[in-house]
Amino acid sequence: MTAPLLRVSNASKRFGGLLAVDNASLIVKAGGITGLIGPNGAGKTTLFSLISGFEPPTSGSIVFDEAEISGLSPHRRASLGIARTFQIVQPFAGLSVRENIAVGAYLHCRRRDEALDRAAVIAERVGLASRLDAPAAGLTVSARKRLELARALATRPRLLLLDEVLAGLNPSEVRDIIPVIKAFVADGITILMVEHVMQAVMSLCDHVYVLAEGRMIAEGTPAEVTREPKVIEAYLGPGAAARIASGAASHG
Amino acid sequence: MSVARAYGAIAIAALLLALLPVMVQSNTVINALVTAMIIALAAQGWNLLAGYGGQFSFGHAAFFGAGAYGNAILQTRYGINAYAAMLTATAIGAAVGAVIGYLSFRSGLRGSYFALITLAFAEVFRIIANATPFTGGAAGTLIKLQVSAANFQFASRAIYFWIILAIVTAVMFLMRGIERSRFGAYLVAVRENEDAAAALGVDTLDVKLKAIMLSAAMTALAGAFYVQYFLFVDSSIAFGTWISVEALLGPIIGGLGTVFGPLLGALALHFLGELAKAVAGRVLGIDLALFGILLVLIIAFARDGLQGLLTRLARLWRARRPA
Ligand SMILES: Nc1ncnc2c1ncn2[C@@H]1O[C@H](COP(=O)(O)OP(=O)(O)OP(=O)(O)O)[C@@H](O)[C@H]1O
Ligand SMILES: [Mg+2]
Repeated sequence: MTAPLLRVSNASKRFGGLLAVDNASLIVKAGGITGLIGPNGAGKTTLFSLISGFEPPTSGSIVFDEAEISGLSPHRRASLGIARTFQIVQPFAGLSVRENIAVGAYLHCRRRDEALDRAAVIAERVGLASRLDAPAAGLTVSARKRLELARALATRPRLLLLDEVLAGLNPSEVRDIIPVIKAFVADGITILMVEHVMQAVMSLCDHVYVLAEGRMIAEGTPAEVTREPKVIEAYLGPGAAARIASGAASHG
Repeated sequence: MSVARAYGAIAIAALLLALLPVMVQSNTVINALVTAMIIALAAQGWNLLAGYGGQFSFGHAAFFGAGAYGNAILQTRYGINAYAAMLTATAIGAAVGAVIGYLSFRSGLRGSYFALITLAFAEVFRIIANATPFTGGAAGTLIKLQVSAANFQFASRAIYFWIILAIVTAVMFLMRGIERSRFGAYLVAVRENEDAAAALGVDTLDVKLKAIMLSAAMTALAGAFYVQYFLFVDSSIAFGTWISVEALLGPIIGGLGTVFGPLLGALALHFLGELAKAVAGRVLGIDLALFGILLVLIIAFARDGLQGLLTRLARLWRARRPA
């Protein structure tokens, strides 16, 4: 068996009195899409910050491609091949779409014309070709999400962390963006995604982890974890699984 | 923008300015022009860090003063040749920038905290320079008048103007090059959003440190040239708030984060200042009052400064003209 691309072992993150991530472990195998789900405030974004280097872990280890990375700064991790999008999009508002993407492209090329050309190619791939010279500040929500994707993609990541890229999109926009994400995987990029849109999780992810109150409470295929009583209770409250089961029994 | 247009505009502006001393021989005018160009150079330095990099300094006097005192002291105390002294003073400025930058950026100071820290450094330097015999104390330091090209001292003011114009032009070419480089793109990315930049592989601390060193070097060279021109420096000239303010007023009025902004702003301010003095005579502080009004007008009606205003006027003009 080959080593996983990413291995988070017993990671914890404490903010004052709050243990936002509590001894969580997960493995992301190269290729495919791994999901990370959980109720609001579960610690998903915090776990992403630990992996991408924006927050130092309180304890635990993060191994990327067989090397410990938990001491490295975000930009070092980006150059190793870890890219992330932000749940709250962070465009370079004063720059055009092309210039935004070019910043990512510069990671692997020094020349301006090369970076700008690459930016145009990537804009095309995420469906932003028509907005290439538009200022990022004027983009719609859906276009901003695409811009997040495009910038991350421009760094030529091996592991792409997507934090709720589908949130705030209407169903038809979700339908349009899913093939874009699938195309990344076809290109050999491994994806770890946080997502609340369950329909997308079911159709995209091979393997899903469930985080609740900082702890990893379940893992498995999407179908497996959604049947798991612990998971249902994490979302719907204690006793919910039993109520649903008895409800199903009395109807059946 | 094509390469030719990007750099051509700078060359043309420089050539036009170079003709000024030929057309106007008044010493007062050339004097004002030299001062305006020194401010433009200091302002280029401020604009690199603040306009492009988003790190608003309120203490560029720290760098201006390092260049000014560096030049004066190296010549008077150590007998170093003026050219070498000016170069060394520029390097000293860069080193001061590195220290202030390292201390503030390492501890994550941003926005008004960074502005305050730079102001504090400049003020501390001013107080020290005013108190220590090494810098000449309150009496300041005089460079001996020995007119000779070997001493970087010239009988004609026009020569000073042409030299400082050449320096400003070179810096503008450099800035244009930075705009079109990876470093420039990273610098602007840091200004727009540091976290997003870091996520894309930008070493934000490194970018900010390079920017403040380069910025400080430009402003220090302005200080060194100032001393060379007036042959005198004291603590309030070198480290006074006046230069911190002028270095930022120019770019804000001329156009923040643009190559021409600092030059346009510095010239406009000085032209206006002289005009005010000529018209209103001896009303104390009339030029400062006018600067204030101009600043308010620019912020209210032309956020992108004179450079933006000119671009928009040019676009209007082209649209009006039948094709
Ligand atoms: N920088 C911080 N300082 C203090 N508390 C924090 C910080 N970041 C997150 N938290 C807290 O940690 C907990 C986990 O937050 P996190 O954003 O990781 O959750 P999440 O699973 O991403 O939630 P959501 O689905 O709403 O995005 C929350 O209670 C949050 O308030
Ligand atoms: Mg979140």
